[in-house]
Amino acid sequence: MSDATYPEDLRYHEEHDWARIEGDQATLGITWYAQDSLGEVVFFDPPEVGATIQKDSSYAEVESVKAVSDVIAPLSGEILEVNDALQDSPEKVNEDPYGDGWLVKVRLTSPEEAETLLGVQEYRKMLDR
Amino acid sequence: MTTDAALRHTPLYEQHVELGAKIVPFAGWEMPVTYEGIREEHSAVRRHAGMFDVSHMGQVEVEGPGALAFLQRVLSNDVAKVAVGGAQYSCLCNEEGGVIDDLFAYRLGGDRFLIVTNAANHETDLAWLGRQSRAFDVLVRDVADRYAMLAVQGPHARGVVARALGIELPPRFHVSHVQIGRRPALACGTGYTGEDGVELLLDPEVSTPIWAELLDAGVVPCGLGARDTLRLEVCYPLHGNELTPERNPIEAGLGWCCKEETHFIGARTVAEARADGTAEKLVAFKIEGQGIPREGNSVMKGDEQVGEVTSGTFSPSLEIGAGMAYVRSELAEVGTELEIDVRGKRRPARIASKPLYAKRS
Repeated sequence: MSDATYPEDLRYHEEHDWARIEGDQATLGITWYAQDSLGEVVFFDPPEVGATIQKDSSYAEVESVKAVSDVIAPLSGEILEVNDALQDSPEKVNEDPYGDGWLVKVRLTSPEEAETLLGVQEYRKMLDR
Repeated sequence: MTTDAALRHTPLYEQHVELGAKIVPFAGWEMPVTYEGIREEHSAVRRHAGMFDVSHMGQVEVEGPGALAFLQRVLSNDVAKVAVGGAQYSCLCNEEGGVIDDLFAYRLGGDRFLIVTNAANHETDLAWLGRQSRAFDVLVRDVADRYAMLAVQGPHARGVVARALGIELPPRFHVSHVQIGRRPALACGTGYTGEDGVELLLDPEVSTPIWAELLDAGVVPCGLGARDTLRLEVCYPLHGNELTPERNPIEAGLGWCCKEETHFIGARTVAEARADGTAEKLVAFKIEGQGIPREGNSVMKGDEQVGEVTSGTFSPSLEIGAGMAYVRSELAEVGTELEIDVRGKRRPARIASKPLYAKRS
């Protein structure tokens, strides 16, 4: 598995999720730390397109051989797209958590929530504690 | 149960840390759950050779003129059938026929046996054996501190161990006295993976160099994660999951290791369960489609709960969700369609024959 990375251009949630915000839309995923803690991802159980998700609440599940983990929404929104490629290749979440391993795309319903998320420095500081 | 502050370490703990293992608390010990990934370790054992530090398991020596009679009383199998140098699987049952532990007994001499206990049950087993031994001319000794224990498993395990350590290995279900690291040791033709292999009981003082030698010989270090997926695929029960003091061996499908004619403790209940049948039976199942079952999930038939999952996982060999569950006996037939309630989602499943995974010949 790759070394720990946390891209500068993302916003982070304490529950180890990231958001790439573009206008009123965002791509969501789990951080390097989250996939490393979980181990090899073998199943992604996505929400349905059109479903609404609530900031700080679980919107999906990722599972490794040994454990299941809730994925917490960093922002509220409506699901526009889910990463279907993960059905056949869930390991992309481990190999490329910020790229091919993205989980969902959403239309933000409360874009102002982004201000409560962490920047990369703050997130790294949290991990070091 | 010990608290976090008192978690124990095996003699190989530093080696696991050095290899970058993920360490978890297990049965009072800090143990490696995986090094490079459960799937990789799992497939190393299925295809080549992997090794597990199982030094957390306990050892109990039973010695004396009454050793055989005593073990015949406390163990469910016919211990008299075991010749010197033999090994045998048994249940240790309570008066009600419930399973206190499941274990291997190795006959080291005419009047001398070694029992290998599950880590979580070691103290309970010792207390039970001590109490029951009073009526027999026998000494029950806790010898867990005398041994480090390494399970080397996989199609190439025997060859690699024999070459790397320069020892001759006993056939399957046998035990032999060997020298490992110039110290007396035991080599056992047993394991918990469904693959050929050996379990080595060696002097803790030489365990570090021996571990290193086996690593150098290409044996892949494997953690508790792969140990669990490997045993689950071949439907070996795990005490605490499939086996408990509240369930008898018959419902767990272990009737084959119970010989009621030996009048072991619990034999009466076991005989009754065998004759009358049990309300529930342990079955293996595969999920049809997506979803990974987990321990504690409800087994459903229509709107009715008809059982509970005892162990569930993603099977690395089959690449599907699979597990074992207790279900009502009338639904325990292979091929029966059921559903598993996986955190609120109904996942179609079908009862499968055991083992779930069998080597292609």
